Amino acid sequence: MSEITPDLVRHLGVLSRIQLSDDEIERLTGQLDVIVDNIAKVSQVATPDVPATSHPIPLENVYRADEVGATLTLAQALQNAPDAADGRFRVTAILGEEQ
Amino acid sequence: MTDLTRLSAADLAAELSSGTVSSVEATRAHLDRIAAVDGDVHAFLHVSDHALEVAAGIDRRRSAGDALGPLAGVPLAIKDVLVTTDMPSTSGSRILEGYMSPFDATVVSRARAAGLVPLGKTNMDEFAMGSSTEHSAYGPTHNPWDLERIPGGSGGGSASAVAAFEAPLALGSDTGGSIRQPAHVTGTVGVKPTYGGVSRYGAIALASSLDQVGPVSRTVLDAGLLHDVIGGHDANDSTSLADAWPSFADAAREGARGDVLRGLRVGVIRELPDSGFQPGVSTAFRAALAAMEARGAEIVEISAPHFEYGVAAYYLILPAEASSNLAKFDSVRFGMRVNVPGGTVEDVMAATRDAGFGDEVKRRIILGTYALSAGYYDAYYGSAQKVRTLIQRDFAAAFERVDVIATPSAPTTAFKLGEKIDDPLQMYLNDVTTIPANLAGVPGISIPAGLAEEDGLPVGIQFLAPAREDARLYRVGAAVESVLVDSWGGPLLDRAPVLGGAR
Amino acid sequence: MAKDAIMDFDKALELFEPVLGFEVHVELNTATKMFSAAPNSFGREPNTDLAPVDLGLPGSLPVVNGEAVRYSISLGLALGCSIAPSSRFARKNYFYPDLGKNYQISQYDEPIAFEGEVEVELEDGTVIRVPIERAHMEEDAGKLTHVGGATGRIQGAEYSLVDYNRAGVPLVEIVTKPIFGAEHRAPELGAAYVRTIRDIVLSLGISDARMERGNLRCDANVSLRPRGQEKLGTRTETKNVNSMRSVQRAVRYEIQRQAAILAAGGTITQETRHWHEDTGTTSPGRPKSDADDYRYFPEPDLLPVVPGADLIAELRAALPEPPAARRRRLKEEWGFTDLEFRDVANGGLIAEVEATVAAGASPAAARKWWTGELTRIANAQNREAVDLVSPADVAALQLLVDSGTLTDKLARQVLEGMVAGEGSPQEIVDARGLAVVSDDGPLIAAIDDALAAQPDVLQKIREGKVQAAGAVIGAVMKAMRGQADAARVRELVLERAAE
Ligand SMILES: [Mg+2]
Ligand SMILES: [Zn+2]
Repeated sequence: MSEITPDLVRHLGVLSRIQLSDDEIERLTGQLDVIVDNIAKVSQVATPDVPATSHPIPLENVYRADEVGATLTLAQALQNAPDAADGRFRVTAILGEEQ
Repeated sequence: MTDLTRLSAADLAAELSSGTVSSVEATRAHLDRIAAVDGDVHAFLHVSDHALEVAAGIDRRRSAGDALGPLAGVPLAIKDVLVTTDMPSTSGSRILEGYMSPFDATVVSRARAAGLVPLGKTNMDEFAMGSSTEHSAYGPTHNPWDLERIPGGSGGGSASAVAAFEAPLALGSDTGGSIRQPAHVTGTVGVKPTYGGVSRYGAIALASSLDQVGPVSRTVLDAGLLHDVIGGHDANDSTSLADAWPSFADAAREGARGDVLRGLRVGVIRELPDSGFQPGVSTAFRAALAAMEARGAEIVEISAPHFEYGVAAYYLILPAEASSNLAKFDSVRFGMRVNVPGGTVEDVMAATRDAGFGDEVKRRIILGTYALSAGYYDAYYGSAQKVRTLIQRDFAAAFERVDVIATPSAPTTAFKLGEKIDDPLQMYLNDVTTIPANLAGVPGISIPAGLAEEDGLPVGIQFLAPAREDARLYRVGAAVESVLVDSWGGPLLDRAPVLGGAR
Repeated sequence: MAKDAIMDFDKALELFEPVLGFEVHVELNTATKMFSAAPNSFGREPNTDLAPVDLGLPGSLPVVNGEAVRYSISLGLALGCSIAPSSRFARKNYFYPDLGKNYQISQYDEPIAFEGEVEVELEDGTVIRVPIERAHMEEDAGKLTHVGGATGRIQGAEYSLVDYNRAGVPLVEIVTKPIFGAEHRAPELGAAYVRTIRDIVLSLGISDARMERGNLRCDANVSLRPRGQEKLGTRTETKNVNSMRSVQRAVRYEIQRQAAILAAGGTITQETRHWHEDTGTTSPGRPKSDADDYRYFPEPDLLPVVPGADLIAELRAALPEPPAARRRRLKEEWGFTDLEFRDVANGGLIAEVEATVAAGASPAAARKWWTGELTRIANAQNREAVDLVSPADVAALQLLVDSGTLTDKLARQVLEGMVAGEGSPQEIVDARGLAVVSDDGPLIAAIDDALAAQPDVLQKIREGKVQAAGAVIGAVMKAMRGQADAARVRELVLERAAE
């Protein structure tokens, strides 16, 4: 048994900004429990002496020259916006705190 | 007149360049075929309304004497994971319904520049999460071999389009087998290039360190021709390799003609015993190996002890990266928005993502969020990355002894639509043989190996080569293809049932 | 909002030892953004300087700006840091509408620079060594405008508008270790530290460092511990304190506020706080919570940054001298007294004076403009002198004085025009018609008039009492409304009187 609980799933829903219903939380809790039990075995072989692989084909120092390239037009930038005003994207009140 | 949709891309290209067939004729034939059968197959989410104009442009350039590429005028289906400026790009998701990209994916612009004619966008599991195309928000694609069955996934649309003769070529993307497993269940050819061999720019990201775009076709040569068009370095993708690649079409031609099988050392993985596969899959796989052996190949048993951790590592890395890649779908800059009266922007985002994402996507985002969250990172994501190292070492050790590794491309033939939809874990195990290539970055190809005796459905054989040795796969794949097609007396797809009431 | 109790500052320092920490974000002045080829600009029309990745468009990918990496290494070296032989980018995941991707590409466990030290000189010449923990590369976010509601603030706003032009602008975040020992000079140290960082990035030429534009932004961490206690107290992080004066005030306020709470037996909440320029107070932001689970992981779209010893050596060799050595050198070169130099240094004006001298003004004149007239105007307008005008324009102004085109008095009028944004000194001179009259014709006419009006003075001059000429000169200058060179007037008066 893993430690997947409905409360944890609800919290993960908040972190990932998905409004999960109670039904979804219940279903996901059961499914994730089974999945996590099966994937947790990676830690069996992941001993400290094994380095992690982030990129399958190692490369380094891939840079772009500091030269201005093509940009989007304002119309292109806004063309898929659900809502816009004054050339800007419009969103509902934030009521949080700025980062 | 011959049915232009039955021609391979190479043969069609030959007709086009000799002038016996125009691109407009070829394109119209495929649009007609789509109109006739796609109601049943549902390979396409969108069919271009200007493909004929594009084709006419190619014809004009040809008659004007312009130098055109080898595939100029040949129609192409494009997986909806690739963004296009002239057609919507949804990645199979409701949240991106109607999304119009201001730029083309690099592979799409290269295909356009080479004169290929985009026919439309093909169906897929939502955000490429799945092995059956049942997770598309726009309904499943059906397998042309049996419309009750899955076409594989996530690129079931591209594979079915090619298998149903709706397009000679298609573009796919392969994160854990999404090109090769659909090829397996539809009797077609699919290649996952070396990671970095083909640009990811414009491919809507699923798992950035695993995703790779590749060709989907009916023959190995056709795949090589398309790979030649789309491959090579792209400065817009930092992970793109700057290697000078050989012509993969040339490699395929060489394989089909020469006897590259003589002395070829073919590794078979001890830890993937036949018992793990549907009997008909194992039998077809063994028969293909025997045919190779008869042409002088040497079958060598190799050990890949960490492959058994591959699925687990994959289902940690993929959801983790996907949970981050899919965060951008928040209703602010593009995509769907669900308004929440009196709600904050946080409420709007959460409601939109609840309504806009399907169950499988939500499941993986939640799983990936869990895998990355404080306190779990080392045990899960960190460990999974170490498993990648171990799998790479398994590959390195194996490729000291063999030239290519062979596996069945998937454990079973096409299963029934709906059969595994409620059992995610079972669904995940579909990718057991394809996943290691993505984790290690090595190239893989799936070609038809035969039909399973118990259900008469296609089985694919997968070959894997060391990173950057994609050409070897084209040589070996084309050689095996020619041996098998000879033994069958014609392409496997000739035995697929006739669709659309033989119209 | 209830007003927080505060304790007298000296009393607070008797009871508690302040421990400081700073996070300074420096916007680099590269031509393009950190991860896209869109221009790194300021003040342009909203959402017009964007590449696909700045909006997080589906399919877009980041590519690192190599120049930003070089700038970051230079900054790391100038901060006395070690440069990581290999560092990498990571994704910091959190949802906020000003983030195009809902993650910020930053650096996490492998920053490009770490373990440095900066010498910060206070007003009285005391040097405090500020230990640097790390400096890492990251990207800026877009800008939100809150609409509706009473205040234009986020609270009570009806909706918000997002401009992503700033999204992806390259940043280096410099994080200090806890700073001990500043004691009653802790507030001053805050301002002096930011000034020092500003001097460094200006001398490197890697940032415009204009705080009012947000090129340099400071978060100030303050905690108190009772005298004699080893364990650090709980800290607060006051966000976005965006001028040197404000850093000083904010640190002082937090010390006084926290001291009052602790002395009353209360506890400090670990939280971010907002600085209010108008009231000189801070107020709570959101408390630290498990929602701050940023789920960092290595950015799979980008590759490791592996600078190599050659590159590091090249950039090290190109470093400007350290600020302390530079101060000593400049003081000598300029021939300033201790007091004169401290005036310049404490005003954060060394770079300005240097640039003004480089543009052709004498050190004395450059110092006079910056610490005199410009500082006066800045104080009156509650701005920073450095934000008012450019050193090049100050030098141009002084050259007009030196060439006799302007008198000191006229030059001050031109300066006002410069501060008001009317253009370059020459443009203002032309537009306002302020130049000294250098044609002798009108001067002679005015002199003859003045001499005729004051025959007694003429008589005295003719008798050799040259100092009597002052009265005539004053009258002529008045008649010319100041637009005459007094020395020339004097010459001409003596000439005309002799005829
Ligand atoms: Mg910070
Ligand atoms: Zn930061």
